[in-house]
Amino acid sequence: MDWTAIALSLRLAAFVSLVLLVIGVPIAYWLTFSSWRWKFLVEAAVALPLVLPPTVLGFYLLVAFGTRSPIGRLWQAWTGHGLAFTFEALVIASILYSLPFGVQPIAASFAQIDRSLLEASAILGGGRFRTFWRVIAPLSRDGLLVGLVLSFAHTLGEFGVVLMVGGNLPGITRTVSIAIYDDVQAMNLASAHATALALLAFSFATLSIVYALTRKPWAVAAWP
Amino acid sequence: MNKGVWLALVLCGLTVRASEQDLRVAAASDLQAALPAIAAQFEKATGHHVVLTFGSSGNFATQIENGAPFDVFMSADIEYPRRLEASGVAVRGSLYEYATGRLVLWARKDSGVDLGRGVAVLADANVTRIAIANPTHAPYGRAAVAAMRHEGLYDRVQSKLVLGENISQTAQFAESGNATVGLIALALALGPAMKDAGTYAEIPTTFYPPIEQAAVVIRASKQKAVAAEYIEALKGQAARAMLQSFGFGVR
Repeated sequence: MDWTAIALSLRLAAFVSLVLLVIGVPIAYWLTFSSWRWKFLVEAAVALPLVLPPTVLGFYLLVAFGTRSPIGRLWQAWTGHGLAFTFEALVIASILYSLPFGVQPIAASFAQIDRSLLEASAILGGGRFRTFWRVIAPLSRDGLLVGLVLSFAHTLGEFGVVLMVGGNLPGITRTVSIAIYDDVQAMNLASAHATALALLAFSFATLSIVYALTRKPWAVAAWP
Repeated sequence: MNKGVWLALVLCGLTVRASEQDLRVAAASDLQAALPAIAAQFEKATGHHVVLTFGSSGNFATQIENGAPFDVFMSADIEYPRRLEASGVAVRGSLYEYATGRLVLWARKDSGVDLGRGVAVLADANVTRIAIANPTHAPYGRAAVAAMRHEGLYDRVQSKLVLGENISQTAQFAESGNATVGLIALALALGPAMKDAGTYAEIPTTFYPPIEQAAVVIRASKQKAVAAEYIEALKGQAARAMLQSFGFGVR
């Protein structure tokens, strides 16, 4: 089993899910409470990674990271090395790739909050931030948790984008899914089995914990 | 008739058309530029339709072992067809070594790298990233490592290496400018996409063990006769000339 790859994947997933929590909350807030006419365009853009093949995202990112693109050149001038094949590249790619998983559960739970509670908070003199911290955030605990864990799990399972922009460097960009792929290609099936099983067990455990923490035993009993 | 029935009929028609008659060839990605022309020659001469799928030889070997419906497997590494033949997945005696691959240094024209200096250029400071195919399963990757070892450079440049999943992804890394230099197949460097964007310098064949490439007929194939005919065509003058013109060594 490739422990370096497992550790790298966990580090990447932790990074990405925390960043997505930080940027996902304001995006979700805006998507829920804005009344801008063209909001649906932003909603569509956020949901894009759900339907786009990872190869499309990977291809665009590879081109964007390259020396022919302004982003690639800017990064090169800034840091002295190219952006592709670095851990930073994987973080950027994964944030884009997991964006809907970080935003949509949070937006959904914001939308479920009873508006009269928000109005009550405003009448009692609570500003936007106070209302957010004292009313919206506590009532959206489940959504925030699901967003955090789903973006973590989705990043852990990411393959196509990493394959396209990673360059397979041990400890830097060889994530656990790439390590499994390599093992299968080199016909090291025993090692592939071991790592794949560990990933399967870990993913199932993670999702079970999330659903256990967010379950609502009383609501379920009411039907049929 | 309602729309659902029509749709079902159309879908049936499509699947039948794509499956029964075609000769399905799994081909190593270094054949991407050369093989379509060879397959077209074969189609014209015999009337059989050939469907080409390009990818990594290691991947194909595992897929074929697990029942992937290919008729012919053209590997970039002779070891995989040998293994399939030994385990009875491929038809015994069908193995044919159709070419040997050649390795080149490739860089974009705007990279400012002087490939005339040969493999030694890899140690230069302005070469920050070197793309090679993954040596654990790609023959060109193994050849690249061998060539760098031969020149005593491997330990010095190891930290600059990035690994492509197969040789065409390795070429893509260099073509997109994400890697300064790529060690790729001559056959790809001569392909239309790469030829215009960059320059190449051949690495002497004495620097690395020969990249022997071989084809086999898959035992589960329902088109064994056509597959054998295809392998015979590979042995013919026309196919060998075509492979040669794309930089492969042929006997």
